This record gives sequence, C-alpha cells and structure tokens, in this order.
Amino acid sequence: MIRKRITAVAASLSLLAVSLMMTACHGANSSDKFEVPEDFDPDKSYSITFWAKNDTNKTQTTIYQNAIDSFEALYPNIDVNIRLYTDYGKIYNDVITNISTDTTPNVCITYPDHIATYMTGENVVVPLDDLIADPEYGLGGDCLRFDSPAPDQMVAKYMDECKINGEQYALPFMRSTEACYINKTYVEALGYTLPDVLTWDFIWEVSDAATAKNPDGTYVLNGGNTMIPFIYKSTDNMMITCLKQLGADYSTAEGDILLFNDDTTEVLQTIATHVDNGAFSTFKITGYPANFLNAGQCVFAIDSTAGSTWMGYYAPLSDLHGNDLVEFETAVRMIPQYDPDNIQMISQGPSVCIFNKSDPGEVMASWLFAQYLLTNEVQIAYSETEGYIPVSHMAQEDPEYQDYLSHYGEISNKYYDVKLQVTRMLLDNIDNTFVTPVFNGSTSLRDSAGAIVENTVKSIRRGQSVDYEDMYDDVSAQYNLNQLGGNFGKKASLGPLPKEARILLGTLGTAWVLIAAYFCYTKVKERK
Amino acid sequence: MKKILSVLLIGAMVIGCAACSKKKDDKDDVNKKSEGVMTYEEYVAAPLDSEVTIEAYVQDTQSWWNDQITVYLQDPDGGYFAYNMNCSEADSAKLTQGTKLKVTGYKSEWSGEVEIIDATFEIEEGNWVAEPTDVTDKLGTDSIVDYQNRLVSFKGLTVEPSVDAEGNEAAFLYSWDGSGAPGTDSDLYFKASINGQTYTFVVEYYLRNESTDAYQAVTGLNIGDQIDLEGFLYWYEGAQPHITSVTVG
Repeated sequence: MIRKRITAVAASLSLLAVSLMMTACHGANSSDKFEVPEDFDPDKSYSITFWAKNDTNKTQTTIYQNAIDSFEALYPNIDVNIRLYTDYGKIYNDVITNISTDTTPNVCITYPDHIATYMTGENVVVPLDDLIADPEYGLGGDCLRFDSPAPDQMVAKYMDECKINGEQYALPFMRSTEACYINKTYVEALGYTLPDVLTWDFIWEVSDAATAKNPDGTYVLNGGNTMIPFIYKSTDNMMITCLKQLGADYSTAEGDILLFNDDTTEVLQTIATHVDNGAFSTFKITGYPANFLNAGQCVFAIDSTAGSTWMGYYAPLSDLHGNDLVEFETAVRMIPQYDPDNIQMISQGPSVCIFNKSDPGEVMASWLFAQYLLTNEVQIAYSETEGYIPVSHMAQEDPEYQDYLSHYGEISNKYYDVKLQVTRMLLDNIDNTFVTPVFNGSTSLRDSAGAIVENTVKSIRRGQSVDYEDMYDDVSAQYNLNQLGGNFGKKASLGPLPKEARILLGTLGTAWVLIAAYFCYTKVKERK
Repeated sequence: MKKILSVLLIGAMVIGCAACSKKKDDKDDVNKKSEGVMTYEEYVAAPLDSEVTIEAYVQDTQSWWNDQITVYLQDPDGGYFAYNMNCSEADSAKLTQGTKLKVTGYKSEWSGEVEIIDATFEIEEGNWVAEPTDVTDKLGTDSIVDYQNRLVSFKGLTVEPSVDAEGNEAAFLYSWDGSGAPGTDSDLYFKASINGQTYTFVVEYYLRNESTDAYQAVTGLNIGDQIDLEGFLYWYEGAQPHITSVTVG
C-alpha cells in the first residue's frame, strides 16, 4: 500500500488568492445575492456537482457514492455528480480558478479559511443562516425526505467554526484533531513512564535521550542507523498550537498578522535546539511519521486523528513492507501541552459550502444534498473510516455509534483500537479544541506558520545559523502577507489618501461648513 | 572543373573530420565535470543535508507548477532527482530531454528517495540522452538501490491483479487503493511479476498524464498481459518505479 507524496501546492495559494482578490475587485463575476425562494419544487430536474475530499481512502469514496445513491433515490430528479480530490489545496486552487469563469461546483468540501478567500468574489458563496432556519427545508425541516439534525442537535462549537463575520457560510462535515502516537515500548526502555498528559518538556527530554548512540554509530534504542525520535506531520498546526497554548499572539480576528513575535522566536529556538540534537524532524523534510513509527525509528509521531489507521504495528494501513515493520506497544495521548491544566488542541476536519448560482432552485437542490451529508447514515459511516467524529449530537448519541465506541483492544479494521482511542480522546476534549481566526489571507498565514518551522529545521540540519528576523521577512514576502492588509504587529504607514477619498472628504467638510454657516445664519436671523 | 570538384571534396572531408572530432569531444564532455562540480561518486558520498553541485542531463520532468519543477537527471554514472527545483515557467520550457544542467541544492532523503531540494540551476552547453538500463534481474535484490533515479527497463513481466480496499481485483488502480478516478489527477498503480515475485509500479500523473501513451496503456492492461516497462527508479519505502513507457507483448 502506498500513499502518494503530497505535492507542495500550498505555497502558491496565497498568490492565487491575491489574483482572486484582483479579479473580484473588478467585479467580473458577481451574482445576485441568494434568497431562499418562496416556492421550491424538489421534483424539478437539477444536475449538481459535488467536489469531495477523501484521505486517499477507497472506503471514504464509497461512502460518498453511497450517500449520492441514497440521496438520488429520495430525490430522483436531482442528479449529483462527484469529483474526487485527495488534497484540500487542490480543491482550493480549482475553486479559485473556477470562480473567475463562473464554473464553481454546487457543493464543495472545504475549510473555512478557504471560504474566506472565495468570498472576495461577490455573492460567490451562499450564506446559510436563512436556509438553516427555513421551517420546510432547513435543518430538521418539515418537508425533507430524510432525517437531518435540527440546529440544536448540531455541535454548536463546530457550527461556530463555520461562521465568518457572524454569518454561517458552511456546515461542518467531520471533525478531527491531532494526536501523539507513541512507541511505548521505547519510552519505557529509556526509563520513562508515560504521563496521562504529555508536556513539551517531557517529549523533548525523552526525544533527546533517544538519540544516544553506540560506539559504532548505531542508535542504542533500536540498534539501527536511523532514529528520529519526534516527527511532526503538520508544522503549521505545531506552531499555531504552541502559540495558542502559550497564550501568545498569532492574528487578530480582523486579520492583523501577529505571528512574528518573541514567543514565536522562542518556540523556534527550542525546536532548533532539539533538531541540533537529532531529536526532531518533520513530514516534509523526512517522510510520513507513521512509517518511521512503524519501522521502530521514531518514538513520538504527531499526526491527525484522521491518520490513526496508519499508526502502530497492527495498523490496517501501512506503506511498509513486512520485513520493515517492528513490533511494539502503541500508546496514544493528546498532543503535548505547556499547561496540563489548560488543555488546547486544534480542531480540524472538512466542512461543506454551497456556491451561488443564478437559479435559486439549483441552490436549494445543492442545500438539500449538503444537508443530507449530516444524516446519521453518512455521519456514522464516514467517521468510522478514520479518527473522525460526527458533527451532530444526533449522530454521536445514535446507538449504532455508541456501540462502535464501546469496542476496546481490537485490531480489526473497523474497530482498530488506536483509531477508537483517538476518537474517544477527541470526543472527551471537544471543549478543549480551538480554531484560528478566519479572514481573507488566513490560509497564507497558516502556511507561513508552517514555513518558519520547516525553514528552521532545514537550516539547523544544514549547519546554518538562523536569523529569525530575516526569515520572517522572507516568509512574509513568499506568502504575500504584506498584501493582505494586516499590519504584522508593527505600525504601518498607510501612505497618502487616494484622490477620490480626498475629494469625498473635502466635499463632506464643505457640506458641514455650509450646514454650520446656515445654522448660524438662521440663529442670528431668529435673534433679529 | 576538376579543380573545383577536388576543392569541394577536400572541403567536405575537412568538415567531416571536424564533425567527427566534435562528436568525440561531445562524448568526452558527457563525462567531464566543470570545476567545483561533484562527480556522481562524490555526490553519493556527500552527507545528507550538505550542499551539492552536480552537472547532469535532463531525462524528463514533471509538470511545472508555481515556479518549481521536478526533474529526473542523469549522467553516465548515475541518476539524480531534483525535487521542486526553483524554475520560472519560461525556463521550464528549456528543460527538454538531454539538456545539460548545473544544479546546486541540498542533498536530502525523503522516505528513502535521495534527492536534491531547494535547488537552483544553470543551463549549460551539452546534450545527452540516457539509454535505459535493464534491471529486471535486480528486482527484489538490495543492489537495485544502486540504480535509484536512473532510467531503467524491466522486461518480460506479467500483469498481476491489484486489489482495492474493498477486495475487488483489477489490472490497475486509480490511486494506491482505488480511491482515485478517471478524469482526476490520479496516479495509476499496477502490479507485475517475474520469477514468482510481484512488484508495484506507478504511472505518476505529473510525469505521464492521461493524454500520454503510458497512462493509456496501463488503463488498457489486462491481468496476465506480458509487458516490458521503462521508467525512472524512484524510491518510496522501497523501489517504486515511475513508469514512462509500457509495451504489451
């Protein structure tokens, strides 16, 4: 089994986003704002497109197809055409390209960060508040041909994650977080006992200890030539989570970029120290954490809970050949914390948005299908493919799902113990999850957060010193952060006002002067 | 008239000799490295994460994207893989098969694939196209790694069933578990055997997309077909050749 190396498209996306902003400013493709139609005929024929993301997982694509088949059986006149993706970045790229040609999909799996960029086009993305509240076709509506959760049956926190400027622009589809997958056998061989809550101090200390070598250059811990004790899959998440746990700045809700600060530098300096010790690397630089963990070449692997079926000796999915697998006891913990009394972990996972079309009926058909993805049938089936959790209380409390959660210690695909452990861990910590502010450019900021970690790791591995200020400037330029309107935490000169603004202000000033003069004139006249 | 003919013949002979001589120089040039450039042997010996400068000839490229291009390079001594090399779209058009490049970057290893990352390049005078090396008898042996990144061939293989995540058998899969689909940018995965051992091969979409003969040939495969393959010996937790040519016997 082989997973494809992820192509690095993220770096280009900020540029694309800026292009979209330019296009949007020219108003090339503005549609009328969507209004819920008074009369909707669900038996009229519609053909809609659904761009769906999966984790390169055939079971997930089958669930999507089954959902389409079931939906079309309920609504025979609505034809749903799926386009499969395995990378959020590719969807984002294609949506941006298609906004300019007015050929967006109807329904799309996405991230709220991405929607914020789509929204730079006028009326491109449909706001969902009125649709959700519609008594007939809204969430739990009377005229639906399926059981969808009522608004109060959705996990409120996940609904809030899909709001931009107070309006609902997406529905959550699945949620996951990150987990630390651990070779417990190695931790104990090093003389440590795993705490219930990992701290950064603990993980760094054990990782450094795992780098000890024999006189012949092999590692004491595994007797081999390769040992990377700590590998992080998503370095943007790593930096964002560290800053959140430290209570440090990242950005404001309005889009002011505060990433490049002293706390960030301190986090990077700590990372650099442990890279220098040979204790830390990243997915982009070295490879999938799961492969190193399962080959006995890694102690701590941090990856999404949606990657749990790849983790551990008994993992249902693996890229390693049989001889390369090493047997060990796998333990699962939440990601390391700075303050174990104030747990913080990221909330992530796919959401679904609807694109505006000239025919409101087509938008309604899209809404029905998007809502169908929230049914228990789809939610439970999809969540069980990986360490995802359903986004509605209705699905989470369903007896079928509760039965799924009640399995312990199994190695079968459906009830794989590591997957169920991370799933229960997330369900127990929903209130401890967080998301970062969403604004046009938040995707670029996220990419920058990852880039400064990657650049630091590369520099140290290459024996180079790191000038953090220079790196921040380079990354800002690379991701076009200075074109996003944020002020980077520094006082920024806004330059002279445009001519049109000066004329407008001058006119307003003159009007006020004339009003004041007229007021004085009338007062004087009254006295006379 | 005879004098004129004689002069023309002598002239033609001189030009011919010069051309032959030039050809010999070209052949020598293929092996020659400029000052400050590593030989393949020195490149292999260089530690990971060190800066490397090599000279080699473009054998193929993946599609250009966002001022980056991934290039399969080779010299007579070995293969190189320049991953996401910095390259403008205009320059990418110049990276045709055989073009000589001087590449400077950092030696890196990703899941066993030794590559040059964060690289820049200069186009140099010279042109050379590698002939594929038949490594059929190296399949399943440790020594196949010595051919990493080279243009190689495999002969006399038999297409074996690939099994998707739901247990369905097929001659090939869109994506590794069948989760891809036609019309998307899915790589093709297929299995083929020789001497009782089965190996996995990949048509990397960004190297050979659906418009190419290789991609179309794989989508036309049947289990049991006899095939010869050519491609680059990419590595992902073991040999995972990126196939560029498929001949059904």
